[in-house]
Amino acid sequence: MKKLNSILAVAIFSLIMVSCGNNNESKRSGGAMSSNVAEKVYVAPGEHDEYYAFLSGGYSGNLTVYGLPSGRMLKEIPVFSQFPTNGYGYSEETTPMLETSFGFIPWGDAHHPDISQTNGELDGRWVFINENNTPRIARISLEYFETEEIIEIPHSAGNHSSSFVTENTEYVVAGTRFSVPYPQEDIAIDQMKGNFKGPLTFIAVDENGGMSIDFQLKMPGFNYDLSHPGRGDSHGWFFFTTYNTEEAHTLQEVNASQNDKDFIAAVNWKKIQEYVRNGGGEEIDANYAHNVFNHSTQTATTTMMNKVLTVDPRDVEGAVFFMPTPKSPHGCDVDPSGEYIIGNGKLSTDLTIHSFSKMLKAIENKDFDGDAYGIPVLNFDATLAGVVKDGGLGPLHTEFDDKGNAYTTFFISSEVVKWKLGTWEVLDRQPSFYSVGHNMIPGGNSRKPDGKYMVSLNKITKDRYLPTGPELEHSAQLYDISGEKMELLLDFPTHGEPHYAAGIHADKIKANSKKIYRLDENKHEHATLNESETRVERNGNEVHVYMTMVRSHFAPDNIEGIKVGDKVYFHVTNLEQDFDVPHGFAMIGANNSELLIMPGQTKTTTWEPTKVGVWPFYCTDFCSALHQEMQGYIRVSPKGSSQELKWSLD
Amino acid sequence: MKKSGILMIVGSALLLGLFYFPLWNITLGAPQYPEPLGMDIYISGIEGKSEFDIQNIDGLNHYIGMKKIPKPEEMWEFNIFPLVIGGMAALGILLGILGFFKKISPHWFFGWFVLMLVLGVLGMYDFNIWLLDYGTDLDPKAIIKLTDADGNPISYKPPLFGSQKILNFTAHSYPRLGAWLMFAGMFLTLFAWWVGKRSVRPKSNL
Ligand SMILES: [Cu+2]
Repeated sequence: MKKLNSILAVAIFSLIMVSCGNNNESKRSGGAMSSNVAEKVYVAPGEHDEYYAFLSGGYSGNLTVYGLPSGRMLKEIPVFSQFPTNGYGYSEETTPMLETSFGFIPWGDAHHPDISQTNGELDGRWVFINENNTPRIARISLEYFETEEIIEIPHSAGNHSSSFVTENTEYVVAGTRFSVPYPQEDIAIDQMKGNFKGPLTFIAVDENGGMSIDFQLKMPGFNYDLSHPGRGDSHGWFFFTTYNTEEAHTLQEVNASQNDKDFIAAVNWKKIQEYVRNGGGEEIDANYAHNVFNHSTQTATTTMMNKVLTVDPRDVEGAVFFMPTPKSPHGCDVDPSGEYIIGNGKLSTDLTIHSFSKMLKAIENKDFDGDAYGIPVLNFDATLAGVVKDGGLGPLHTEFDDKGNAYTTFFISSEVVKWKLGTWEVLDRQPSFYSVGHNMIPGGNSRKPDGKYMVSLNKITKDRYLPTGPELEHSAQLYDISGEKMELLLDFPTHGEPHYAAGIHADKIKANSKKIYRLDENKHEHATLNESETRVERNGNEVHVYMTMVRSHFAPDNIEGIKVGDKVYFHVTNLEQDFDVPHGFAMIGANNSELLIMPGQTKTTTWEPTKVGVWPFYCTDFCSALHQEMQGYIRVSPKGSSQELKWSLD
Repeated sequence: MKKSGILMIVGSALLLGLFYFPLWNITLGAPQYPEPLGMDIYISGIEGKSEFDIQNIDGLNHYIGMKKIPKPEEMWEFNIFPLVIGGMAALGILLGILGFFKKISPHWFFGWFVLMLVLGVLGMYDFNIWLLDYGTDLDPKAIIKLTDADGNPISYKPPLFGSQKILNFTAHSYPRLGAWLMFAGMFLTLFAWWVGKRSVRPKSNL
């Protein structure tokens, strides 16, 4: 009977979704843009946007960079997916970036970008982003706009409540959404309850950005959905929403929606850090890859790690508590002051707000309502600060401005809702097109948000743009939030499925952005820094071509003596030192991507010729007036031919 | 005569600024170069305005067959100019000191000024010859060969002074701080002569 009720409830939700869609249709017709609105998003040709926005690519595995308020896409940064556009994940230098304990993985599901912080403010050094499928965390440099480091998270599955950073980037966290045996073992799935765990991993970040796993917190086998750090007074704590506290292992859409309340886990990481530093925790076997891209050698290396420190939360007194939170909360957001912890109960109309100071008091008074696997559950009323009533249907995420307001997305009723912190009163609502997932305000997850614009990241696009067949890009909307009421300014398509974004004022980044790779700092093992050093070397059936490129020729551009069955390594260096003068390298029949090589860079691709003949290669980037002439030939002789190696550029 | 001696010393010492600051500057802006490429011309050599400008100008110039921008050892001027400037500054300072102690007549200051003017004009003339050679003595195998309406190869000579359009580039050629210090210094030496003359005349009337 219970099951039937739930199925009915889901059916009703579906109906609501459909009817909401119709409502939105009518609201939309009134949305003609006034010229005033157009001016607000108009960035004149040659002018720069005021903000950078980093949008996750979801199943594209990458990170896209947008300018706000124009909504123009500036770049796609490859992170967890191969990127034939520039050779990332194909070149010899970058394939180690995609190594894992499962071997080479060409793809990822990138979710939650978060910018590094100092004293609770965005500092613009790095963006971190999590891979949900094969749990990993990446760090992207905001000088080079390149992925510099990827660390795999052992013992985790569904790396979703990740990659959020603490106030001084002490840690980036990686939670577990799909609880699993810890460590993995061969057991019956229906033995899940009590046997599976949901480890929460705390990755320490050093001053150069280097990541290392400090400890894993062995939490009960709930689903840890999202998280955010405390700030201000609550700095030192981390908060995670959970769902499926039922620990259901099948038909979760019903079976994981039975408990009226799940939990927000409050983790005092400072306490655990101290415990670990004093020798606490247990080192257990693990198997995970740590991939680091070295800018000096322009080459990535993989180090396989085999130990991780695990901490049982029950062993650290006063470190972990559960706060009951209604209706399978999704987003877990902390306001700029650090006092309010918002649980976005995705199967309800309400938001539950916990108070950090009340939480401390409840802990002090031992105001517990039993425990879950030995972890104290705090009394619901004791931590409750307030409830935002009837905000909408299906709240997912909340961001904040600098004036004490919060902005929550409602997936089912497809709208963004502005409400007041402290009074919990709803101030404004605007439709989103359609079914908004996450929203983003630049700095909205720091002590100092920039309350000028808000972006909503929508899950359903339908008719917002010219039709392009059944498969569509997702859509984002930009709102002006500087006034009393939110004002919809702009629609723009996004790439992949952005699950979250991070925005920052352009002034914090743009002066640091590099223009070239310096040749005099190029320590690549196979770099050729001068045309006079270009050469071809044979080592058995391996042939190494040390090649340079400069407007508008390759050196060498004629090579003979390659034979069928050889494996040819092209180590290609771009000798330019001028801003934005890339050259490309493409070899006919190479079972690999091209290379896009920026000034001062060296990249390597391989080619295994299978056919006798004279085969051309060419520059793929229209680099100069003589770009079409930037080409060369390789003569391939039969296997066993006595043709000597020779090369030239005349 | 004391005042004019000091003016002469300061004026000729200002020439020494040429050892620290560029004499001339040529920038090359184009649609593709919103931040123009530029070269600072010092008495002892040519340097890029930004670190890689010389390399990048050479890279572009190879299309039209221009020679590379000379390194200091490739042009005698970059060895001689520092000697001339250093020598003239030393001579001027010496004349100023002698004038200060009333050992010589202020007309020596004027003599120095005329010599400096002649040398300066010769220097500019030489510089212009180099620009002309640089802009017209092109590699016959140049990739891009352009001719004017009469069928003569066009000149890529940057202007000696002022701005001029050359293909997609606009060249701006103007004096820089070193030259301005030199001009100011030369003006001071002329002024020193005039002041010296006035201070000497009343005495002779006595
Ligand atoms: Cu090219």
